[in-house]
Amino acid sequence: MSQQVVSAPLAQPASAGVKLSDAPQSSWARARERLAWLLVAPSLLVVAIVAVYPLFQTFRLSFTNARLASSREVEYIGFTNYQRLFEDSQFISALWHTIVFTVSSVAAETILGMVIALVIHSNFKGRGLVRTAMLIPWAIPTVVSSRMWAWMYQDVFGVINDLLVVRLPQLVDWIPGIGGTLASIFPENKIAFTANSSTVLPVIISVDVWKTTPFMALLLLAGLQIIPEDVYEAARIDGASKWQQFWQMTLPLLKPALLVALIFRTLDAFRVFDIVYVMRGSAPETMTIAVYARQKLIEVQRLGLGSAASVVIFLCIGLMVIMYTRLVRVEEA
Amino acid sequence: MQAKDETKAVGRLMSEYMRGRISRREMVRRGVALGISSSALAMLAGSPRRAFAQDSTPTAGAGGFRTLVAPAGLRTDLQGQTVRAMLTDPSNPDRAWQEAALALFSQTTGATAEFVAGETSATDRLAAYNQQFAGQSGDIDVYQIDVIWPGILAEHAIDLKESLSDLAGQHFEAIVANNTVDEKLVGMPWYTDAGLLFYRTDLLEKYSLQPPTTWDELTTTAQTIQDGERAANPDFYGFVFQGNVYEGLTCNGLEWQYSYGGGTIVEPDGTVSVNNEQAIASFERAKSWVGTIAPQGVTTYQEPDSLNVFTAGNAAFLRNWPYAYATSQESAATEGKVGVSPLPKGNGPDARHADTLGGWQLMVSQYSQNQEAGIELVKFLCSPELQLSFAVERSHLPTIASVYDAPEVAEASEFIPRLKEVFQGGAVARPSSVTGELYNEVSIAYHTLLNQVLTGQKDAAGAAQEMEDQISSIIEE
Repeated sequence: MSQQVVSAPLAQPASAGVKLSDAPQSSWARARERLAWLLVAPSLLVVAIVAVYPLFQTFRLSFTNARLASSREVEYIGFTNYQRLFEDSQFISALWHTIVFTVSSVAAETILGMVIALVIHSNFKGRGLVRTAMLIPWAIPTVVSSRMWAWMYQDVFGVINDLLVVRLPQLVDWIPGIGGTLASIFPENKIAFTANSSTVLPVIISVDVWKTTPFMALLLLAGLQIIPEDVYEAARIDGASKWQQFWQMTLPLLKPALLVALIFRTLDAFRVFDIVYVMRGSAPETMTIAVYARQKLIEVQRLGLGSAASVVIFLCIGLMVIMYTRLVRVEEA
Repeated sequence: MQAKDETKAVGRLMSEYMRGRISRREMVRRGVALGISSSALAMLAGSPRRAFAQDSTPTAGAGGFRTLVAPAGLRTDLQGQTVRAMLTDPSNPDRAWQEAALALFSQTTGATAEFVAGETSATDRLAAYNQQFAGQSGDIDVYQIDVIWPGILAEHAIDLKESLSDLAGQHFEAIVANNTVDEKLVGMPWYTDAGLLFYRTDLLEKYSLQPPTTWDELTTTAQTIQDGERAANPDFYGFVFQGNVYEGLTCNGLEWQYSYGGGTIVEPDGTVSVNNEQAIASFERAKSWVGTIAPQGVTTYQEPDSLNVFTAGNAAFLRNWPYAYATSQESAATEGKVGVSPLPKGNGPDARHADTLGGWQLMVSQYSQNQEAGIELVKFLCSPELQLSFAVERSHLPTIASVYDAPEVAEASEFIPRLKEVFQGGAVARPSSVTGELYNEVSIAYHTLLNQVLTGQKDAAGAAQEMEDQISSIIEE
């Protein structure tokens, strides 16, 4: 971003008809430029191998009828894969699930993450311990925590059903007077959370929120820590309430960190695969576009169609990156 | 990695010794240098040696497995050929037996057989095989392949019928037919699996009931037991199976519809037959279990989920694979209280028992440089002698009928001999050979729609129509 600020005054001579690059350069400057290219060459090479080449291949394959490990001849079939994709109701619902998952999980994680960041930013005894403990969900591998939650939500032996249907009603029943009424709020029969198509997506979102909120909190905590203390001191002297301090100072000063955290999480959530796949496999009620792409690429061996789905994910993410960077730029202006 | 290198080095040393290229003394000296204790070496050196020579007396008890004995009549002119077999996964308990079997093969034939571990998950394993075949790699000569892969991998396999037709004739017909694609025998049956009904013998006794032989009987029996048990255990269910959206539901669904005389989804001649009255009736029967005798969540169950409910003592009936028997004997709630039978029959004129085939086959890669040794290894591992040992030592189900009658098998497991009838009559293969590389797509269309029937999102007749449409359009392409 800083480049733009610098290039503004330099734009002046360009308008006089002399491009910057055409300007006569000393041999020293040229040597420096060569050195610069030399130094970035390894990184460029790595990027070309691990990012540009696969991306190019994915684009290319998305226009073919290629199959995984098949000796059948590969033909270019134009936009047929894309047409088939948008005619497939499963793909459309996968796109919809991905959007619902992304919006609700990122929103919940941001709000909860902010609350947690503010709490552990304040001074209290045992803060170090709390900060470490908070990170545990984030530290557990997603496959492990997804499997664990799937069992907790299980309908026959799951601990959540046991709490809801058996333990909690017993507990509140002991409260004199209103106990009986309170106990009747709880469901009478165990709920098949992951089998019911109306509860399964919220369940999956809840697991992601449990897992990723600590990450959000950590990013926001880092942002909070660089806000200088004297700003708050001045505010206190001017008589601003805590509430005012939060809305007028903390939030605006936290915006850069918040935006970075949002970019990270949105892009991550949009590619979600592990939680969904471990908890519900390729079930149509929860399928996201990453699960869809995997199914087509690997299980069904349709390299072309799967690549087209991957390209759509790539374009969506690209679009989001552009939107977010615009936002950041507006902030900086 | 290091352990593997060591094993290799020891293997090389042993084979050099056995071929008489180095003396016993030299072998012990080099063995000690490799870090093997001298007592172990003495044992190795003392083991039957020079087996490749004229005297090829088979030895009892190779590798510490009492029953591991080489069959007679193996070729001994394969010296210098190395055959690499990709068998079980690295941490599988079967590995020790398999490595001992390969060592015995090397000893008996003079060719060197090497064990290479494969991927643990079947899906990953297929992906890895596909990658190797796409590159026409000859690194691996023999592969173990799932019962639904012959159609997918046919073009990369050599035809085993030419050299091993005698052996193929001894194996169960249903499996050999499944492994034959366009007249080509892609893989030799190695060990098998089939869907079975497990039941609680103590509960049947308690309510004076008989093991059900039809799905209707199962429904009423399960309901009776469930009603009775609910008083003491509110989590008790009559019947659990696998209803999740995955390959396992294709197995369950095929059993239901085939037992009603409703065909095999796609018939061997390629006709899409899934949309018929009997299949629809079987789907409706299965739908009626969900939320009554089976938990609502059964539509998300895979094998471990259903097995957990059963072994916790929370179900009267379970549909699962044979391995579930051993697990149920390790749980206090079900130990000694479990019976096994073929799955029940459906209704209608063509009603029959139907148990979906699982299990593994051995195939020789077309890109292998040592096909002769590879074929010989397949002949060795799929022989009655080796199947008997695999059954006794590792409880794997043989694919040769006579092995089920062997007294050693009966002694090792009272459960295996009882399964012979399943493979002789009831076993049904998934339509994988006829659909070839499109099988997965067909199966996904089938189990996705069937799951929607079970969860009540679609009615059985409408779903069957959709299955027919989708599967036809997949196959027509």
